[in-house]
Amino acid sequence: MSSAQTAPQADAADGTDSASQEAIRVEDLHKSFGDLEVLKGVSLTAARGDVVAIIGGSGSGKSTMLRCINFLETPSSGRIIVGGEEIAMKPDGSPAKPKQIERIRTRLGMVFQAFNLWTHRTLLENVIEVPVHVLGIPKREATARAVELLERVGLGEKHDSYPAFLSGGQQQRAAIARALAVDPAVMLFDEPTSALDPELVGEVLTVIRDLAAEGRTMILVTHEMKFAREVASHVIYLSEGRIEEEGPPEEVFGNPQSERLQQFLRTVS
Amino acid sequence: MEQTLELLSLSPPGWGANLLRGLAASIQIALGAFGFGLIIGFFGAMGKLYGSPWVRDLLEVYTTVVRAVPELVLILILYFVGTDIINQIAAAMGRGPVEISGIAAGIWVLGVVQGAYATEILRGAIKAVPPGQIEAARAFGMPRGLLARRVTIPAMTAFAIPGLANLWLIATKDTALLAVVGFSELTLETRQAAQSTRAYFTFFLAAGFLYLMVTLLSGVLFGRIEKWARRGQPSHRGTS
Repeated sequence: MSSAQTAPQADAADGTDSASQEAIRVEDLHKSFGDLEVLKGVSLTAARGDVVAIIGGSGSGKSTMLRCINFLETPSSGRIIVGGEEIAMKPDGSPAKPKQIERIRTRLGMVFQAFNLWTHRTLLENVIEVPVHVLGIPKREATARAVELLERVGLGEKHDSYPAFLSGGQQQRAAIARALAVDPAVMLFDEPTSALDPELVGEVLTVIRDLAAEGRTMILVTHEMKFAREVASHVIYLSEGRIEEEGPPEEVFGNPQSERLQQFLRTVS
Repeated sequence: MEQTLELLSLSPPGWGANLLRGLAASIQIALGAFGFGLIIGFFGAMGKLYGSPWVRDLLEVYTTVVRAVPELVLILILYFVGTDIINQIAAAMGRGPVEISGIAAGIWVLGVVQGAYATEILRGAIKAVPPGQIEAARAFGMPRGLLARRVTIPAMTAFAIPGLANLWLIATKDTALLAVVGFSELTLETRQAAQSTRAYFTFFLAAGFLYLMVTLLSGVLFGRIEKWARRGQPSHRGTS
């Protein structure tokens, strides 16, 4: 697997103002399901090249937070700014401009816990689907890039396989290739290894680690504490819908301040 | 035996050509009604799944009524109501009674019946698509129409085909009911041939054979479509 060389920061080298360095900003995000308030005002900022890891127990709201960023869940209130552009929201939190949210979504490559590859399409077809049909990139060009990406995630031989015939690890790597195919400004990972057999976790983490090393901006919801500590530039610990503690990984993992985080780290390690 | 072949021969005095003409008409109507029914069914399913409350109520009334009333009764109602409405419109516009094409009437009547069943088949098939497939498409910014075309419809096809194959076979056989409104499809042609020659057994056996051929060919065709639609899904028998 090749690493590095494409540095997304490179094109921003001239701009020193915060807007051009900032990849994504979430401000005071609230989300309720009926009477249940799952997110009670959470914020997050990622500069280009940052890897933000969101950790927390089940039900802490970490997946919901990630899913609100691309409006798979409709936030109840808050602001979401992607690459300096704020997503317009109606008073109820749903996207006000369908075209805008569709355009922004193409800049946010998402990787799901359950892979969610399109089962009626081969791996290659999965990877070129969005570039060709949403972004309008010529099929030949998209195919050439898809071949490269599949090669990169170690699936060069599997172009014509259908997802259901592959292992979970292979499917997840293909899903990462699909997300990379849109050359996303930010990649969103929603517990990418939680549905995998333990022996398959490593191969997926290796791919993500390479992406971090080459400077991809990523927001990663994960249960893999060791991995989060290793790749993240910033760690957020969510508990009951609030950010209980956040900071550089050495701080959060090495010197946890709150009792909840201390207890959480004891139970997961 | 010789006599039988003579009766079934394609040139007069044989009645074979009449039977084949009837078969062609039956298939034409079945195809039209099935296609019309699919269109109704697609929009019906979409309306039932994503429509506003009154759209859903309206569709519920449609599917319930059509599936509750015997098809023969429905055909009589739709046929006579349909022609009556068209004639009244024609009269209002100051024209005389309109001659309504049997084929068009047949397609309309059976299509409305088929549409109700297709609505339910497609609704179920769409609901069987794993939500993650649709969510992934949304997450990558697919607009609604593209999402339906590229993800929902191809993904649901595998689930819809067995039900639709049934519906198609019902369509081919329901064309026989149109005989009651005097439409020259296979069953009516058969009855006329049988009555004229008194060779009931020969002609109804021949018609039965023709219906059987249609069914067998349809089976092969739908088998292929299903295999194609299920590409990417492991066989329940296991992969080998």
